[in-house]
Amino acid sequence: MVKLTVNGVEHTFDGDPTMPLLWFLRDEASLTGTKYGCGMSLCGACTVHLDGEPVRSCVTPVSAAAGKAVTTVEGIGADPVGKAVQAAWRARDVVQCGYCQSGQIMSAVSLLKAKPKPSDADIDAAMGGNVCRCATYVRIRAAIHDAADAAPKSIKA
Amino acid sequence: MHMIRRLGIESELPSSTLPAPSNLSRRSFIQGVGGLALGVYFAPTRAATPEDVAIPGHAGGTAPESVLFEPNAFIRIGLDDKVTVIAKHLEMGQGTFTGLATLAADELDADWAQVRVEAAPADVKRYANTLMGIQGTGGSTAMANAHKQMRLAGAAARAMLVAAAATQWKVPAAEIEVESGVVMHKASKRQARFGELAEAAAAQTVPKEPKLKTPDQFTLIGKRQLHRKDSPEKTDGSAMFTQDIKLPEMLVAVVAHPSRFGANLKRVDDTKARAVPGVVDVVTFDGDAHRMGGVAVLSKNTWIAKQGRDALVVEWDESSADHDSSDALIKQYRALAKKPGTVARKDGDAEKALSTAAKTVEAEYVFPYLAHAAMEPLNCIVRLSDDGCEIWNGEQLHTGDQMSVAGLLGIKPEQVTITQLYAGGSFGRRANPHADYVLEAVKIAKAAQAKGHGPVKLVWTREEDTRGGFYRPMFVHRVRAGLDADGKLIAWHHRMVGQSIMKGTPFEQYAVKDGIDSSSVEGASEPYDAPNKTLELHSPESKVPVLWWRSVGHTHTAFATETMIDELAAAAGRDPVAFRLGMLEKHPRHRGVLETVGREAGWSKPLKPTADASRRGRGVAVVESFNSFVAQVVEVTVSPDGVLKVDRVVCAVDCGLAINPDVIRAQMEGGIGFALNAALHSEITLDDGVVQQSNFHNYPMLRINEMPQIAVHIVASGEDPSGVGEPGVPPLAPALANAIFAATGTRISTLPIAKQLQA
Repeated sequence: MVKLTVNGVEHTFDGDPTMPLLWFLRDEASLTGTKYGCGMSLCGACTVHLDGEPVRSCVTPVSAAAGKAVTTVEGIGADPVGKAVQAAWRARDVVQCGYCQSGQIMSAVSLLKAKPKPSDADIDAAMGGNVCRCATYVRIRAAIHDAADAAPKSIKA
Repeated sequence: MHMIRRLGIESELPSSTLPAPSNLSRRSFIQGVGGLALGVYFAPTRAATPEDVAIPGHAGGTAPESVLFEPNAFIRIGLDDKVTVIAKHLEMGQGTFTGLATLAADELDADWAQVRVEAAPADVKRYANTLMGIQGTGGSTAMANAHKQMRLAGAAARAMLVAAAATQWKVPAAEIEVESGVVMHKASKRQARFGELAEAAAAQTVPKEPKLKTPDQFTLIGKRQLHRKDSPEKTDGSAMFTQDIKLPEMLVAVVAHPSRFGANLKRVDDTKARAVPGVVDVVTFDGDAHRMGGVAVLSKNTWIAKQGRDALVVEWDESSADHDSSDALIKQYRALAKKPGTVARKDGDAEKALSTAAKTVEAEYVFPYLAHAAMEPLNCIVRLSDDGCEIWNGEQLHTGDQMSVAGLLGIKPEQVTITQLYAGGSFGRRANPHADYVLEAVKIAKAAQAKGHGPVKLVWTREEDTRGGFYRPMFVHRVRAGLDADGKLIAWHHRMVGQSIMKGTPFEQYAVKDGIDSSSVEGASEPYDAPNKTLELHSPESKVPVLWWRSVGHTHTAFATETMIDELAAAAGRDPVAFRLGMLEKHPRHRGVLETVGREAGWSKPLKPTADASRRGRGVAVVESFNSFVAQVVEVTVSPDGVLKVDRVVCAVDCGLAINPDVIRAQMEGGIGFALNAALHSEITLDDGVVQQSNFHNYPMLRINEMPQIAVHIVASGEDPSGVGEPGVPPLAPALANAIFAATGTRISTLPIAKQLQA
């Protein structure tokens, strides 16, 4: 039995604890904003936060989330940085097909929490694991800079 | 029928799986939301009748039966003041929902904030692509085929709202104005929102020829501040893709396919798969000439189904399997490129002109198979019942798939209902005339139904998606061209070798003429003036399935043409832009984008050198595809050890009337990135029939650090709108290769570039 918290809601799971967190979220908890893209930690579409740290949920067993707080794209808007990132994404109309964008947003929020004013090199390093097949990268970069300018100043590096 | 049944399904769904309200009965839903629809019919051959006016509808997609048989209903207005635009095209990222809504909303004079978009069901009578004859999204035709239709729909709805207000207020219709969703009669100081007039408007006669705005009257078309309609739900995780739909009693199918095309299932030992806790069943499905057979493991959970799939012991019948290898195919294609092919074009006598030319240039180009590799791996949901078959899918070939499914099941096309969902990319892959993954899903659902199971969601893993075929075909081109003593192009001899996409499909009758598949040769030998031109094609057959891939034939013809022109400019000692302009006298739109991009890129000024020994260079290409014109200038830096960096791309596009300038810019940016991905990294290779790539580690994707700076310039045009989904792709690779030549003196003639400069 695995107990975990997802977006502030407690869940229990009594299935195979080696099941990747991704499939617990999508198929058991019906939180489908987190996407399957590769299953091998190669594309970042499945990125969620585990106690605030970004992880690729397609290779993270649900047991690794036991007793921890999982945040998904459905819950990230409750966070001030998350809200700023989502707003920046909308203001720039970053999305095209949109399938990778949950993961992009989760990685961008992690970056901004670690580095409130990231350089382009910081963005390359932090976002390099997130593939966008529509190649919205120009706008992803711009939106991250926008969110950095808009995010609450109280967020510390 | 479609909408009623769909609402029934929605009411059974957990509320988290669909955005629409889900817990209301149809009756309470209609009463609660109310709303009046304007179903508008525009076929010029049919007079407006009262039946053409659809009565109630609502934002969730249901309406009484009288509406459901109305052709061409594109707009609904609810009592809640919401304007729903029905989109007949797939939204796969290219911005179509936003574009279609912009066209209708502008003529309607709606407030952009009150407009929402709903995907149309599969219904060829109402929602055909007027350039295709079936309902389909492809060839960058959405705006081109629908712009007039959507504007007329908006204008008719506006006229009916105005007529309703005129009747209610007893004032002349001509004195009524409409602005941002408000209908006004200024003299009597009366006004009403659309929702307040919807019921009365529905009783008005549909105007036969609603008056359209002149461009100076546009309030939304061409405006930069409009936001995409799909942005909010694609940033908070609520957008619904096929992958996200869960029906009651639904099982997920994860499949085992053979590793060689043409192989089929011989036998399977599923003992270990069935022993995986949570595996519900295992079924098999047949393959044929165009589709793979295989084994599907069913579970409520995708990962458990995959565990089961991985535990299968499958024996394949490889008696008809493909054993091609890429190296051998290239050798074979090269040999063919030396032999005369089927003539696609013959102006003058190119061979003779070549023999007398002052200078000749010859090159051979090699293009690999390419996978579409959309972020959402292929998937499809099927529910079978006594009434027919329901499908949930991101459909690029809506009614084509509908007919294929009906044919397989022996039912009527109208018994196949399709609920259109967002596609997580597609790039052509979800428009397959052979309906491969859709029919596979139906076969699995049928086998599951026979065993007493409910609906099935087929989910291909990334590996299935990469190895599943239907690639951009491999091509070899051989081009010989000649200049006279003045450096003028006098001869162009172009021979191409590659599989036909259209042959063996329902499109063959239109697209293949005298042995020439137009999608193979499109763009080849164009547009430069030369008195002697020959274009020949070989279309060898193979068991490797091929398909259109974002910009289709232009993906290779533009590269061969635009790099050869660059070689000729160098041979003639001419500037590449000036050399091109000199041969484009009859092509003002090519000239327009080429001159724009030259000016904006600062073509005449030298590039700033780097501090180290890196070499810099700039290259250009101009391509017409899908009636749009795009020129790009690429700037590169190549380090002393051959590491290539693409610094900047300047792009000019002429796509006729620019409906959504920001969507156009986005499609140019994305098209450039997509094309750069392929030019740098992408190739699907075969070894003894087995595809060597499987996932993003060996079919690499462009990452953010490789994305160049991009500046997009839209050339103003009074022409009708044409597409932008594909036309940003073709110029990039040749402009990049030309930039590499400018920097290093090395000509790239084989794609991908990969590590060629580091050799």
